[in-house]
Amino acid sequence: MFQLALARMREFYREPEAVFWVFGFPIVLAFALGLAFRNTGPGQLQIGVAPGGGDSALAATLDSSPRLIAAVLDTATARLRLRSGRIALLVVPGDPLVYRYDSTRTESGLARLEVDDALQRSRGRQDRVAVRDDRAVAPGSRYIDFLIPGLLGMNLLGSGIWGVGFSVVQARQRKLLKRYMATPMRRSHYLLSFILSRLVFLILEVVALVGFGWLLFGVAVRGSFATLAGITILGAFAFAGLGLLVASRAKTIEGVSGLMNLVMLPMWILSGTFFSYARFPDAMIPFVKALPLTALNDALRAVMIDGAGLSSLGAPLAIVVAWGVVSFVVALKIFRWR
Amino acid sequence: MGLTKRYGDVTAVAGLDLTVAAGECFGLLGPNGAGKTTTIEILEGLTSPDGGDVQVLGAPWRDGAEGRALRERLGIQLQETQLADKLTVTETLALFRSFYRRSHTVDEVVALVELEEKRGARVATLSGGQKQRLAVACALVSRPELLFLDEPTTGLDPQSRRQLWEIIRKFKVAGGSVLLTTHYMEEAERLCDRVAIMDHGKVIALGTPSELIASLGADHVVDFALAEGQAVTGLEEALKALPGVKAVRSGPPPAGISLTVAEVHRALPALLALLQSRGAELSLLTTHHATLDDVFVVLTGRQLRDS
Repeated sequence: MFQLALARMREFYREPEAVFWVFGFPIVLAFALGLAFRNTGPGQLQIGVAPGGGDSALAATLDSSPRLIAAVLDTATARLRLRSGRIALLVVPGDPLVYRYDSTRTESGLARLEVDDALQRSRGRQDRVAVRDDRAVAPGSRYIDFLIPGLLGMNLLGSGIWGVGFSVVQARQRKLLKRYMATPMRRSHYLLSFILSRLVFLILEVVALVGFGWLLFGVAVRGSFATLAGITILGAFAFAGLGLLVASRAKTIEGVSGLMNLVMLPMWILSGTFFSYARFPDAMIPFVKALPLTALNDALRAVMIDGAGLSSLGAPLAIVVAWGVVSFVVALKIFRWR
Repeated sequence: MGLTKRYGDVTAVAGLDLTVAAGECFGLLGPNGAGKTTTIEILEGLTSPDGGDVQVLGAPWRDGAEGRALRERLGIQLQETQLADKLTVTETLALFRSFYRRSHTVDEVVALVELEEKRGARVATLSGGQKQRLAVACALVSRPELLFLDEPTTGLDPQSRRQLWEIIRKFKVAGGSVLLTTHYMEEAERLCDRVAIMDHGKVIALGTPSELIASLGADHVVDFALAEGQAVTGLEEALKALPGVKAVRSGPPPAGISLTVAEVHRALPALLALLQSRGAELSLLTTHHATLDDVFVVLTGRQLRDS
């Protein structure tokens, strides 16, 4: 079994593309998303003013507010920019003034409050209550802090399913599985060798991604590294099992690719990798929570952001382990060896 | 015994009876689709028969520990296996070696198949002959008592073929038994102590290569063809009457006529005289020693290679 695992590892690191997709891609993704959503404080909002009586005075008033940038735009440009989100809100002069904006956009809602506040103040409105801002940035509350554990989970899923699935189907296609069946090799050893080699690469994956987040964005691990290691091992085991299950019957690379996407795409979207799954309707939440990637992401975030210990993560980890055990046993049962 | 295997409506193996003796090199011979691979895979325990009994080294195929114990004693090379491209020769052998309790060292088996120079080369970079020698090495690594080879030299150049023959011959000399399939009669004649000629899932002839050739009743074959547009009435009867001619076979035109002949030195002048007297002109005339190919043609009326 050791030799099988060793062979698996050699085949993997001698495939440069596979190495990139497993190690390079998540880091590139984290870098790009980290830059796009970096915390620069509350940004300035772009406001358009439609042509009409007193338009330039209106624009000047708004522009003087520190959080707004306003300009007079002709009707066609204003419509285009509003639609494409380059201005958050369009002010149409007249009586009454009209604020035109898309109420589903958070930014536009914010712009409406800021614009209204600036205009009302300029006409003499007074605050009734004295307030003071106390801005705090809680550690772990940035988007990148949310993202890195999610990417780690997604990476474990992807490398588990890709790494295991493709090589199993390739071996089946090349009649290598049949050749192994002609030896006294135990079938379970063959399947376990995938899990073993996954565990070795897992260490590298985790170190690469967590190290990258820490060095570049200061994403810290608040819980213990031992707990993090334990969770990722369980995750890698579960996804290697899932990978075996996906590859247990497929005869062609094309066939298994379709199955892999069928398994992975819903989880990428549903399991809170890039955004919180709390956004989905309540009725869907129990289903979403039962997915292995959701459970793994929850556990990873709990450790990395909240510093949770292993004992408090029983429920999500039980889900992860259950997926792994069930997939492995079913895969061993229905596996096509020739 | 009475081995049968069906795939849907197609019967690949139809009631086969064979016994291979210890220390023997036995060849299953026949055209593509004759049922050779199905037969050997049933014997290897990779395919289960629809009917009949199989005993390998005195034991039937069973699942679990007994099956694995039997596999410890076998060496198997499959026709279609492509070994992992990214692994080197020694890594591949180390992997296969790890499956067996008792085995050659990697160095020993590399020496057996003369791949010393390619030890560190990845499988993808090997030539066809080298890949095939590696496949045989994977079969030999277990120090097998019985070696199964399924078309070991198909598609190889003559030199690689001879190298493989030498490997198989050495294995046999060391006391091993071999069961191989091939559609090269020359291979069977060189390597095998006994051969079974298969066609349509049945054994149509069984014996030593020399016995089978002797069964033709003559050891030479004369092939000839008449020049285009020439036909001679009653030729076949006239040919049969020639001295030393045992059998006459004529293919549909423009294929030639083939004579199985005991004494070439008497038959050939008589043939030429006959044709001259009928005013027929030759476009081709060859003679060769009878081979297993000729046995197959006589038995089935078809050529071995292109059927």
